[in-house]
Amino acid sequence: MSSQAATSSTATIAVSVWRGDARQGSFQRFQVPQQPSQTILDVVTWIQRHADTSLSYRFACRVGMCGSCAMMVNGIPRWTCRTHVNKVLRDNQLTIEPLRNMPIIKDLACDMSEFFDKWNQARGQFEGSTRRDQPVAALSPNSPQRRVADAATECINCGICYASCDVVSWNRDYLGPAALNRAWSLQNDERDCGGEQRLQAVAGDAGCHQCHAQQGCATYCPNELNPTASIAGLKRMVSQAWFNKRDA
Amino acid sequence: MLEMRLYLAQRISAAILAPLVLMHLGLMIYAIQGGLDAGEILGRTRGSLFWGSSYALFVVAVAVHATIGLRNILREWLQWRGPLLNGFSWLCLAGLLFAGLRAVAAVVLT
Repeated sequence: MSSQAATSSTATIAVSVWRGDARQGSFQRFQVPQQPSQTILDVVTWIQRHADTSLSYRFACRVGMCGSCAMMVNGIPRWTCRTHVNKVLRDNQLTIEPLRNMPIIKDLACDMSEFFDKWNQARGQFEGSTRRDQPVAALSPNSPQRRVADAATECINCGICYASCDVVSWNRDYLGPAALNRAWSLQNDERDCGGEQRLQAVAGDAGCHQCHAQQGCATYCPNELNPTASIAGLKRMVSQAWFNKRDA
Repeated sequence: MLEMRLYLAQRISAAILAPLVLMHLGLMIYAIQGGLDAGEILGRTRGSLFWGSSYALFVVAVAVHATIGLRNILREWLQWRGPLLNGFSWLCLAGLLFAGLRAVAAVVLT
């Protein structure tokens, strides 16, 4: 049975999809057949394959691992491959837009360069203190510091926290929740030796002190991380380092 | 690092303000028990080093705390930057300090 025939008798969803680029655009409406266990990514894929092949969007793994398919769904940033239609459908309508706070490339694909650049500005790279020929560091998974690092480490860089953050929309230089969460995870990694420079990077005028702890990032993170708590930890760490330096 | 210093200044001023606000509320409830009377208030505050220094500290903490908060709002909502933002912030700080300390002086020194 073809997919067209299988869907011919099913109910449809009214879907408004953002079409356009960074300069201009508008919503285009589609009627999409409703399916059991249908995800938002399934809806977008159906539109591209059956209604308008020129629709641009981004996805890769389809199982919530790669973090590339995040979009605004009914005004809320979500990972579309793991968001079921029946959980977000309102009055049988869906509105799908590219992620907030990032420049639009085309339709639902946004430019994430700035997001990843800030990850680097916050010194999000691990900096090891041992050479390859030295023994592997023994880490206890139960040590308090490791638990803190682990709590922040499962970020998939989907950009949902960045899209949900009002401070990013007010201050384009702000490093954002994902980059700061990554910095906090590394600051608590006992093997990392880049802590001092990283603290300076996150203590700048666009760093952790800009966060108002509104917790949009923690509310919408699909992996249930809490970047707000990570940023609060960075604020404490920076303050302690500042006072300690003055005492020295 | 300016933002980090401002962040610390706002938190420290908040920590100073918390007990002073409670003290002020308690004092107001106590002071009006026998009716609100200027002579009674001035009798307590005039020449008092304790009340003078307490309320002077209150004014300084309010001026610092409010100015930094207002600066954040102007920066984020109106996108003010540079000399405009800093100039207005200094003006706001000076205005709050002047008005507040003048009021403290009026009830303590006169």
